[in-house]
Amino acid sequence: MSGGHGIDAQDMLTVTVNGGAESAPVGSSLHDLVEALGFAGRPIAVEVNGDVIPRARFAGRHLVGGEQIEIVTFVGGG
Amino acid sequence: MSHSEAIAPRAQESADLPLVVGGHVLASRLIVGTGKYATYEEMARCLEASGTDCVTVAVRRERLVNTAGENILDHLDAARYALLPNTAGCYSAADAVRVARLGRELLRDMGSRSSEWVKLEVLGDTKTLLPDPVGTLTATEQLVADGFAVLVYTSDDPVIARRLKDLGAASVMPAGSPIGSGQGLLNPNNLRICLEYLKDGDPTYPVIVDAGVGTASDVAEVMELGADGVLLNTAIAHAQDPVRMAGAMRAACLAGRLAFLAGRIPRRLYATASSPDEGRIARPS
Repeated sequence: MSGGHGIDAQDMLTVTVNGGAESAPVGSSLHDLVEALGFAGRPIAVEVNGDVIPRARFAGRHLVGGEQIEIVTFVGGG
Repeated sequence: MSHSEAIAPRAQESADLPLVVGGHVLASRLIVGTGKYATYEEMARCLEASGTDCVTVAVRRERLVNTAGENILDHLDAARYALLPNTAGCYSAADAVRVARLGRELLRDMGSRSSEWVKLEVLGDTKTLLPDPVGTLTATEQLVADGFAVLVYTSDDPVIARRLKDLGAASVMPAGSPIGSGQGLLNPNNLRICLEYLKDGDPTYPVIVDAGVGTASDVAEVMELGADGVLLNTAIAHAQDPVRMAGAMRAACLAGRLAFLAGRIPRRLYATASSPDEGRIARPS
């Protein structure tokens, strides 16, 4: 599924989510990706290329491929 | 009378100001971690028994394999407990700043009342989990500039403690001993000096001992020395009976605070009799 700069032959793009490769249709927004991964409505925070993106800006953030994305939540800790 | 009522202070004993840190007014002087419990249900019972109203949480990657997994937030009443995100597991200032911002975003997304604070940890190595003092200073400066109330985990070094306060830390939190070690307060004199430096001309500046507690007397000792609070996790979570230990920590924190406020007697080398000398029928030989 690799296609040079994160866009493959089937009009899919590839991003890195939590250290692993994920593909999404070209034209996807961050909102679409979060939905596709099953995280909609869950307590998460999202960082794209080192910048925190508030949930209200997910839909307006269009993916171009190659983004480094972290999706985090709270866990037990001291 | 319930267990919790039995150890509640009487009205005249409770004449104490609440702990105020980072703009938050906390009814309890015990801050409790949420890690290492056998189950979320046990965690919730321990938090209840500890009397705390502030708990720490860590920020970690959400699992991509969605197994309808529970989230810790399903078991924490955010209206009851102020959530204090930590930067545990960060070994550089840059990583700690990233994690702090993600924790803040999680809290903002929840509409939390405590979204602008962080328990900062910048660690030096995995074996000791001792703080990296240089990275800790750097991250404190950056997070303060970014508007965070920074509650900063540090060693018991009084000079670093003072520099962290000078950088604008909302609370300096010296370790009693290494994280999770249960060794208690290894250097009471350093804590005394930290308290003296940090509270000089600023008696309400909050100093919280973070890490190393093994049992209830450690909490009492720290509070008797004048610390404003104690942050602990493993000592409850890994006790043989965690819920009972949570109650012990609550009682110890109250006892230590009351003893500090009451003012202990000085230590003397020789005895002083409690019964009167007058009227004795026998004389010392």
